[in-house]
Amino acid sequence: MVDITQEKVENVGPAEVPEMELYHAHSWWTKYVFCQDAKVIAIQYGGTAVAIGMVGLILSWVMRLQLGFPETFSFISPEAYLQFVTMHGMIMVIYLLTALFLGGFGNYLIPLMVGARDMVFPYVNMLSYWIYLLAVLILVASFFVPGGPSGAGWTLYPPQAILSGTPGSGAGIVLMLISLAFFIVGFTMGGLNYVVTILQARTRGMTLMRMPLTIWGIFTATVLALLAFPALFVSAIMMTLDSVLGTSFFMPAIVEFGEQLAYGGGSPVLFQHLFWFFGHPEVYIVALPAFGVVSDLLSVHARRHIFGYRMMVWAIVGIGALSFVVWAHHMYVSGMNPYFGFFFATTTLIIAVPTALKVYNWTLTLWRGDIHLTLPMLFSIAFIITFVNGGITGLFLGNVVVDVPLSDTMFVVAHFHMVMGVAPILVVFGAIYHWFPLMSGRMLNNAMGQFHFWVTFLGAYLIYFPMHYLGFVGVPRRYWEIGETSFITTPIESLNAFITVAALIVGFAQLVFIYNIIVSVFKGEPAERNPWKATSLEWQTETVPPGHGNFGEEAPVVYRWAYSFSVPGAVDDYIPQNVHPDDVKKIAAAEGD
Amino acid sequence: MDFFQEIRTKPWLESQVEIDNERSGGSYTLPSVKVGLRVFVAVVGVVFSLSVVAYSDRMTLADWRPVPEPLLMWLNIIVLVGASVAMQWAVRSAQRDRTSNVEVGMLIGGACTLAFLAGQLLVVRQLDELGYFAPTNPALAFLYMLTGLHAVHILGGMVAWGRTLLRIWGGADAQQVRMSVELCAFYWHFLLAIWLFLFVWFVIT
Repeated sequence: MVDITQEKVENVGPAEVPEMELYHAHSWWTKYVFCQDAKVIAIQYGGTAVAIGMVGLILSWVMRLQLGFPETFSFISPEAYLQFVTMHGMIMVIYLLTALFLGGFGNYLIPLMVGARDMVFPYVNMLSYWIYLLAVLILVASFFVPGGPSGAGWTLYPPQAILSGTPGSGAGIVLMLISLAFFIVGFTMGGLNYVVTILQARTRGMTLMRMPLTIWGIFTATVLALLAFPALFVSAIMMTLDSVLGTSFFMPAIVEFGEQLAYGGGSPVLFQHLFWFFGHPEVYIVALPAFGVVSDLLSVHARRHIFGYRMMVWAIVGIGALSFVVWAHHMYVSGMNPYFGFFFATTTLIIAVPTALKVYNWTLTLWRGDIHLTLPMLFSIAFIITFVNGGITGLFLGNVVVDVPLSDTMFVVAHFHMVMGVAPILVVFGAIYHWFPLMSGRMLNNAMGQFHFWVTFLGAYLIYFPMHYLGFVGVPRRYWEIGETSFITTPIESLNAFITVAALIVGFAQLVFIYNIIVSVFKGEPAERNPWKATSLEWQTETVPPGHGNFGEEAPVVYRWAYSFSVPGAVDDYIPQNVHPDDVKKIAAAEGD
Repeated sequence: MDFFQEIRTKPWLESQVEIDNERSGGSYTLPSVKVGLRVFVAVVGVVFSLSVVAYSDRMTLADWRPVPEPLLMWLNIIVLVGASVAMQWAVRSAQRDRTSNVEVGMLIGGACTLAFLAGQLLVVRQLDELGYFAPTNPALAFLYMLTGLHAVHILGGMVAWGRTLLRIWGGADAQQVRMSVELCAFYWHFLLAIWLFLFVWFVIT
């Protein structure tokens, strides 16, 4: 697999992609607040997502305190516990991970990596962020309305989501649904930008099959999100109408506290179908960007081309397509037609094939690589291990006969936290350690980073491995307190306390990470222009951090894929995508000098 | 080269390198803004498709009571077709550089659209007066919801329509607003197609 083109390549002309009319800020407000530059929007997205993510993290601490030390904290009532569970789940899945991967990394990396000066619709892109912020504020507002936020669980299943016995069944659930609707509107505006910029604004020579896998992951995840979020949008509107106007889209005839309600005939299972038609692709909306990013981190920090690039692209696209036909494996116990279970169990097993292929390819990328155990590499390896662990328990739950007894137990909680909580977050951390020098011009502190990595990685296993066991013995999820039962023994209670202590320690490590970022922005060691010696275009800008318009006078011209590491015959162990073949230093030429 | 052809290429091969080096421009020859509108239209299409899927699932349950389609709904369709035709005429006029005709086409298109929205409101009032109150009838609840969703999308289009008209009134000629007019017309045709599909769906169910 030789990358160097032996024959002389004629100088190609300048990029034929029409130059964009860049919006130039004229004031502090339009430069830093209402800014149309995708890099600023990315940081706004990232900052907001991390801020609301911290709320989600604190909620998880409170939940763990209750589970580990029941009857200790008087302020955690059963109602409050359910509200914390609900808000934690929704915040982490939608408002943190989706927003951070697509709004944050998507905005920062897409124009830079494809060689564009900005997103194609910068004004719409700016609106996207402000609508996202509005969605976050509406969600936060639900903490302060009478009755508090929704306590229906992050899946918001009717009928209980809008029945008065559920905490937050009044204003709380309505605000949640309105917030989700705004989030989707905002995301659609951003998503249009991501897709069209990738399709239409690539620079000369940047073919689809030369794009870094990070872009492939973000692109496919965005397409998934654009097609899947409408299901959540429709169900949010219908449930809002059920709640506010008393329609019966989802609400069946039901008796509440001995009183027959006006509802009649609605289908709660219909909501579940709509919700999971969005909900399962959502797993991949989070996972695919992580797959893409980790592929690039592994390649750069192992100084080796990604193994099976074409297969990796196909796997991303294939996983994206298959993710739309597996949704009902979340509904084996919902009362749906049992034959559906067979179909969805089969599709679930099929989707494991391209996913496993990616894991093999990541491992083979490392094989005989010049592995540098930098923080991005450590987090990437940790991701592979964690994703495999979480994926394997997914095979358990994908099978109907195994899923039925494990449904609604802590096993499920442990599974999805490993596969779509911890694993993608490890990639987020690896990506931040990797691209922080580009964004800020400074390096993050390595000692604090090592502490952050080891505590987070090992701590996550101390939390979630025992939790699988709790699920096996039958400890249910979403219970404020287990109380005395025949299957909950003292060791299990101790295990719960142990998990809580581990969770608090891991949480503390995240505070160290935030502190590291804040301190390093101002006092971090100045970064070299391309500290990891990466090949992709974002590291080839004239200035670091990249200025407005990303590149200098001329847009970059691309001559190769993004994985030209350790190329035989080349002096350097990396060849950037935009270096002309004639300018590549070859060994023979170097010896002749 | 289409998408699936392109993802079969091998970017690391020397023969492919030469081909790829010559490659420039977007994946589609259309301007980016038209590609963007098509992507948006696809998303809106999914919203309405899923709503219809939910409708068809819900109507299998015992309490489903079909509602009649008032005559006014037929009239509304004619008005919306008129809006679409007027928009298309504006496009043709823009292509032939006839600015005044563009203005007239856009004005007629907008007027018909506003008439359609007013007509839809009257339909809702008529159904209410007939005693089909939404909370007790899922068929009507769906009709109201889909009518409302469609109207919201039309109102979004009216923003673009208004901006285009303002540019014409501000002195822009046909060539300068041609793209905007084409985008408006495309969006109007799409919303007409959606409403025709929904109406046929209401009638047959």
